[in-house]
Amino acid sequence: MDFAITQTINGVVFGMLLFLLAAGLTIILGTMKIVNLAHGSYYLLGGYIGYTVAQRTHSFILACLAGATMGILGMIAYKTVLSKKFARDELAQVLLTFGMLMIISDVCRWVWGGSPLAIPKPDLLAGTIYLGAIVFPLYRLAVIIIGLLILAFVWWFQEKTKYGAIVRAGVDDEEMSQGVGINISLVKTLIFSMGALLAGFAGVIGGPFVGLSTGLDMDILLLAIIVVIIGGMGSLKGALVGALLIGLIDSFGKSLLPELSIFTLFFAMVIVLAIKPGGLFGAK
Amino acid sequence: MMKTTRSLGIPALLIIILGILPLIVPPYYTGLLTLMFIYALFAMSLDILQGYTGLASLGHAAFFGTAAYVAGILNVKVFHGPHLGTELVSGVVAAALTAAILGLIVLRSTGVYLLMILMASSMMLWGIAFKWRSLAGGDDGLPGILRPDLVFMHVDLKQTTDFYYFIFFFFVVGTALMYLVVRSSFGHTLLGIRESESRMKALGYNTWLQKYIAFIVSAAFAGLAGVLLAYYNGFVSPAELHLVNSAEVLIMVILGGVGTLFGPAIGAGIIILIKNIVSGYTEHWMIILGAVYMATVVAAPRGVYRLIESLVKGKSQEEEKSNQ
Repeated sequence: MDFAITQTINGVVFGMLLFLLAAGLTIILGTMKIVNLAHGSYYLLGGYIGYTVAQRTHSFILACLAGATMGILGMIAYKTVLSKKFARDELAQVLLTFGMLMIISDVCRWVWGGSPLAIPKPDLLAGTIYLGAIVFPLYRLAVIIIGLLILAFVWWFQEKTKYGAIVRAGVDDEEMSQGVGINISLVKTLIFSMGALLAGFAGVIGGPFVGLSTGLDMDILLLAIIVVIIGGMGSLKGALVGALLIGLIDSFGKSLLPELSIFTLFFAMVIVLAIKPGGLFGAK
Repeated sequence: MMKTTRSLGIPALLIIILGILPLIVPPYYTGLLTLMFIYALFAMSLDILQGYTGLASLGHAAFFGTAAYVAGILNVKVFHGPHLGTELVSGVVAAALTAAILGLIVLRSTGVYLLMILMASSMMLWGIAFKWRSLAGGDDGLPGILRPDLVFMHVDLKQTTDFYYFIFFFFVVGTALMYLVVRSSFGHTLLGIRESESRMKALGYNTWLQKYIAFIVSAAFAGLAGVLLAYYNGFVSPAELHLVNSAEVLIMVILGGVGTLFGPAIGAGIIILIKNIVSGYTEHWMIILGAVYMATVVAAPRGVYRLIESLVKGKSQEEEKSNQ
């Protein structure tokens, strides 16, 4: 029983982290129709920059802010490359973003070396907490809370604010919203930038328990993509459900079937696709 | 009439040149050319899917790697030595079978969604190969694959030149077969699906089945390339199944020219050459290659093959003009 509870909490924590990544990815992929293979790179680079800032300043908050600067990188990537005419075709996007992935990956290995690093937990959250008979790290519970806060914010922004309405209108019917005077190019730049910001932030948040290492950019991208496939492209609700599902399957799979842990994720994806080819909350 | 002789003349000339080349160039380049042929087969197999059927894939390494592993496991663990016929057939069949199973699930999806699903699927296979130590050697890979024994034909495949001709043979046969596929009525049906699936459906074609068959055929040729790579390296590693490999073969197709069949073979040659040259100069070859990928999109979005084609045609038009 204790085992089940521990694994469940671990799964939810990891799911929250995946949600931060998948939320941006699903919107960028589903509504902006951009294949962004560099999304995991924002996570890794954000985490590494956060690591250095945490080393220098001993402040976890500053590290999180540093990770969030990936929003600026995302903005540059979108403005200078992905919004251009040559990037309209999906194959072109694959090449462009995979090129970015390779460059960022090599830069990370160059600057931070090949051996795995971990960001130290903030002192305030370094302890453990007793949940009945189970000892649980405080930090991981904090990640759940942060995830829920961001979820609430994104939902509120999308559904309740004027700007959220503009974003929804912009992605629903680009020409029409341009016609009523919405600066669609600005809206798209901001969405892309927000996605990158959340990914970089997730890299720092995940730093203390997932760690940072070469190849993590692709591993985490793969998980985020599976989340988006399961949830359905463009659906935030789908990203949340998919992220929690994958978080839980990953957590239980790794402890119960270590040799086949990746296969359990694949199996989940196949079952969803067999029942709903467009994903759980997909448009189709 | 003129056109047929010319269309046969160029391939024949190329075969002769490529046949003589290992006698002229140093062994190192013979080895490099051999690798180019293998990846050329791989890239052309993806073009059947990408260029002729219009199905985007970022997981083609799944079939390449599966075939390489099946041939490798048979070679190392089952026969304890080379068994060309069995290994080749098993590898190709395994690749086709993987596609047949996967295709049942994924081919209802299209576009970007399909691209992502295929990418995830191939990375799953990578994950299995990476972890499965007892059978596939885990992350260390599977070493000790022996090249086939063709001594009865007076061929020693341990020799770079002999091995070159061995791979060259499969390259020519594979290319010819793929050419026949895309030129057949089946190939034209695929082109029709690429242009407008709904129209082909209205004409009474079972478009799902056509795509399914194209998927399997494409995977089988990728499998052929995979088996040859296992012999080339003498070793199979999870990298063969990785997204990096899928992306690399995709760039070969795009660089060469999507939907031109021979273009991707040129693309394969260029990418392998660049990788080889750059990795000799700097350990940060990933940065250079990443930049090359990005530059390709901007500079040659329609591919090298069409670039050459338009240059040749432009020239012949000028010649015609001067003749007049």
